[in-house]
Amino acid sequence: MTESLIFQHSRAGRSATGQYPQAGEADVPEGLRRTRRPALPEVSELQAVRHFTRLSQLNFSIDTQFYPLGSCTMKYNPRACNAFAMLPEFLGRHPLAPASVGQGFLACMYELQDMLKEVTGMKGVSLTPMAGAQGEFAGVAMIQAYHRARGDLARTQIIVPDAAHGTNPATATMCGCTVIEIPSLPNGDIDLEALQGAVGPQTAGIMLTNPSTLGVFERRIKQVAQIVHDAGGLLYYDGANLNAILGKVRPGDMGFDVIHMNLHKTFSTPHGGGGPGSGAVGVGQRLLPFMPIPVVGRDGERYRWLDERDLPQTIGRLSAFMGNAGVLLRAYIYMRMLGRAGMQRVAEYSSLNANYLLAKLRQAGFDAAYPQRRASHEFILTMKRQARDLGINAMDFAKRLLDYGFHAPTTYFPLLVPECLLIEPTETEAKQELDGFVDALIAIQREAEQDPAKVKGAPYTLPVRRLDDVRAAKQLNLVYDPTRI
Amino acid sequence: MPFIPHTDTDVAEMLAVIGAPSIDALFEEIPAELRIHSLPGIPEALTEMQVGRLMQARALRDGRPLNFIGAGAYEHHIPAAVWAIVTRGEFYSAYTPYQAEASQGTLQLLYEYQTMMASLTGMQVSNASLYDGASALAEACLMSVRAHRRSTSRRILVPAAVNPTYLQVARAIAGGQKLNFEVIPYEPGVGTTTTAALEKYRGQDITAVVIQQPNFFGLLEDVDALTDWGHANGAQVIAVVNPLSLAILKPPGEWGAKGVDIVVGEGQPLGVPLSSGGPYFGFMTARMEHVRQMPGRIIGRTVDLDGKPGYTLTLQAREQHIRRSKATSNICTNQGLLVTAATIHMSLLGAAGFERVAAACQIQTRSLVAALTKIKGVKLAFGGPRFHEAVLQLDREVAGVLEALAQRGIVGGYDLSRAYPELGNALLVCATETRTDEDVAAYEAALRQVMT
Amino acid sequence: MATIPPNLKYLDSHEWVRVESDGTVTVGISDHAQSALGDLVFVEVPEVGKSLAKGAAAAVVESVKAASDVYSPLTGAVLASNGALAGAPELVNTDPYGEGWLFKLKPSNNGELAQLLDAAAYEKVVAEAH
Repeated sequence: MTESLIFQHSRAGRSATGQYPQAGEADVPEGLRRTRRPALPEVSELQAVRHFTRLSQLNFSIDTQFYPLGSCTMKYNPRACNAFAMLPEFLGRHPLAPASVGQGFLACMYELQDMLKEVTGMKGVSLTPMAGAQGEFAGVAMIQAYHRARGDLARTQIIVPDAAHGTNPATATMCGCTVIEIPSLPNGDIDLEALQGAVGPQTAGIMLTNPSTLGVFERRIKQVAQIVHDAGGLLYYDGANLNAILGKVRPGDMGFDVIHMNLHKTFSTPHGGGGPGSGAVGVGQRLLPFMPIPVVGRDGERYRWLDERDLPQTIGRLSAFMGNAGVLLRAYIYMRMLGRAGMQRVAEYSSLNANYLLAKLRQAGFDAAYPQRRASHEFILTMKRQARDLGINAMDFAKRLLDYGFHAPTTYFPLLVPECLLIEPTETEAKQELDGFVDALIAIQREAEQDPAKVKGAPYTLPVRRLDDVRAAKQLNLVYDPTRI
Repeated sequence: MPFIPHTDTDVAEMLAVIGAPSIDALFEEIPAELRIHSLPGIPEALTEMQVGRLMQARALRDGRPLNFIGAGAYEHHIPAAVWAIVTRGEFYSAYTPYQAEASQGTLQLLYEYQTMMASLTGMQVSNASLYDGASALAEACLMSVRAHRRSTSRRILVPAAVNPTYLQVARAIAGGQKLNFEVIPYEPGVGTTTTAALEKYRGQDITAVVIQQPNFFGLLEDVDALTDWGHANGAQVIAVVNPLSLAILKPPGEWGAKGVDIVVGEGQPLGVPLSSGGPYFGFMTARMEHVRQMPGRIIGRTVDLDGKPGYTLTLQAREQHIRRSKATSNICTNQGLLVTAATIHMSLLGAAGFERVAAACQIQTRSLVAALTKIKGVKLAFGGPRFHEAVLQLDREVAGVLEALAQRGIVGGYDLSRAYPELGNALLVCATETRTDEDVAAYEAALRQVMT
Repeated sequence: MATIPPNLKYLDSHEWVRVESDGTVTVGISDHAQSALGDLVFVEVPEVGKSLAKGAAAAVVESVKAASDVYSPLTGAVLASNGALAGAPELVNTDPYGEGWLFKLKPSNNGELAQLLDAAAYEKVVAEAH
């Protein structure tokens, strides 16, 4: 079941352009004129529709499969969010149109800022970063700006736990900082002694998430905050795991100075096959002057954009306009539909689902990485034993799960736990779905014991078998060339 | 409970399996003094019907004024088929294609996208998108520092006629890695950039030269001369382009003797609605020799265990999830859904469709300029060849005029007087294929009213 | 079980060093390292003539799952780089101590040689890694 490429459906002279009126000639000086047409498809509208519809049918998605990808929060994307965010007035509005004809839109953005402040316990919110990684960048840049404004130029180090998501150290480097890694203890908490040894006059800050990427709550977070603050550094919160604590505890109360939120995780905006996301940032009092612009402000009853004139110490603009407006609208609609009580239920039911799944899987004989801890909204299983005894590793389990109709959990992250599966069911899954997932893992374990080759060769029922990654990287084929096979 | 399926029976059974007395007990590891028990600042939940009414009311308040702004985001007709397919759950609610076998739809589509963008820009390789055009330029500057073996200055020359917000964003994002951006003035009265303005840098260590085509004023630059100057001076050349304009303009891969090194731009004109400012997507294409320095995801074609062709993320070792602190960029999530829209849009239009649209944009802008400059107090600032935007100069402050036009249902253009005070009361106007002759007449009539 | 030739010197970051008869050194990565990386897809070698400080990042070896820096074991100038790796990076996997060599250095500080690990000491490093 291979789909041809759209180019293979093309025929010279065929086009869908009947919809476009024939205009006159373009007027371009000869030296600047394009002489050879680009290799775009030449297909009818039906051919294009059929091709891309068929491609969509090759995908796993939340709408079609249980998708317990740890750290990604694959919860249901409510269709109402899409429908109302795509009202023609919002869709047709130019970002640079005057605020006087954008009060409806700006009201939504302003209220979103306020709601995000409330759930995180922060004093200010900027909606502009376009993804979590951009939010992280903004956060570290604000920390640097803060120290620089105080004349403290020695603070160039960012502390990162060894369990951190790869964007954390990558972000620190992008900001021109050096990364100091500190270890995690076997129980999943940060090594406080190592932290004490790592902080000093060169510490700009620490990047943490809580619960951590290991799926457990950092219980001594107040001491962590104390140690870093006493040394003159600031605390950055990676909000990837906010789904575990929404309405139960707030990063601002834990002592964090700046946070980013992943609206495409916690606030259910669509993952879209790899974006768009939104990495709104929240700040405490100290960092308010440095927020990335623009931010929505209010003068009496009128909303307007605040820019460099209102925030002269801003770290600047991270996008040409104001961030991923359509994503922000969807997050706003979601939060209005959840409301006060609904927001608190997110953490309750995501934790219930995770702990239930963990308990059932442990009862079935699987090994948890942190068996003595409560799961947060996600947890880690390790397949180290299966890899050692049966030669079947986490990747093999993941691939065979696809045959059972489940998207695999996150594999091999965090790097600290060997042969790990990071499992996050989210609160929108029903008990029977979770039970089905457990049954599938039990079945695969049995297959691993009785017929390991079968598991090793999975998947069998998808459009392709396992793909040759090495060949993909060695014999680079990144664009279609009709002259090449 | 919106979106939460649990019944009381479910909860009781699940707690029994966990061995916990209540859901609250699951949070016992959180220190008691940090726990909150309510969110008083969050309003009560609205039903879907109620939130629908709220959003309709807000949308109606903003209405649908007639749009004549470009300045980096352009209104084009998007065939209905595009978003009908993009919002299918299999595209909309899929994740990053890390499990390639379960994501062949997205991966093949991205491979097709990469092919189209490479060809459109005249380059050899494309990534699978960045956040937007401005951040793509920042990433291109950082990439040129990595890719340029001999230059150590980290100096990037940026014409003043490049979108000023793009330069702001480049400074904000790339400044942390000690890049220096130096602005090259445009020719007064002409609005374009000459090699004469670059001459003072001849012989110096310059890492890259940026060229935007068309430039922020809508004018066509002498891209061949500028590209050749950059290369002759040992610099890399970064092109910033409008992808629709490439239907009729020479692509950056053919600029000068050798073509440019890196191409970036805003992909929004390709099937993405204005959407109040985003989400859009940034595209990046480059010479094959630079592929390992490219940030973002890249899709490659390979074979599976049975020798069947398939698609997968490749060159991932450059990316944050593997290389961590030494990654080419920290980018993780990109703009997948918008790239999906662009790919379908490009397939529906084809090269022929794009030519028609581009030509129509030029013609409508020409009509707009002719109509508005008939009005006393309105003149054209720069007369040279342009794509679909033009700079007008008014005899009074632009902000007041724009506000008055907005009250008459017309969003008249972008006020340039803050970014380019030397141009006086300058206004950047744009008419795409979506602005009919009637629309242009309506603008003329409204502006006449406002200007008397 | 990883091979550790007794006549070579090593770093605990898994580089090997062979002192040639003319006083130059050849550098590569060990069998343990190539096995941990998996099939190599790309190798970036240093430019001939480049000066390297001891401990500086000299080359990059890239597999599907990792891209690792290779550090210069000694201070010196690069005399040669293995051009064959451009078309056949897998040589590092199949023959890490022979045809999979990465680069040759002219060392400028002979005192540094003594700081390298001998085969027995490196064997301990590899054992602890498991």
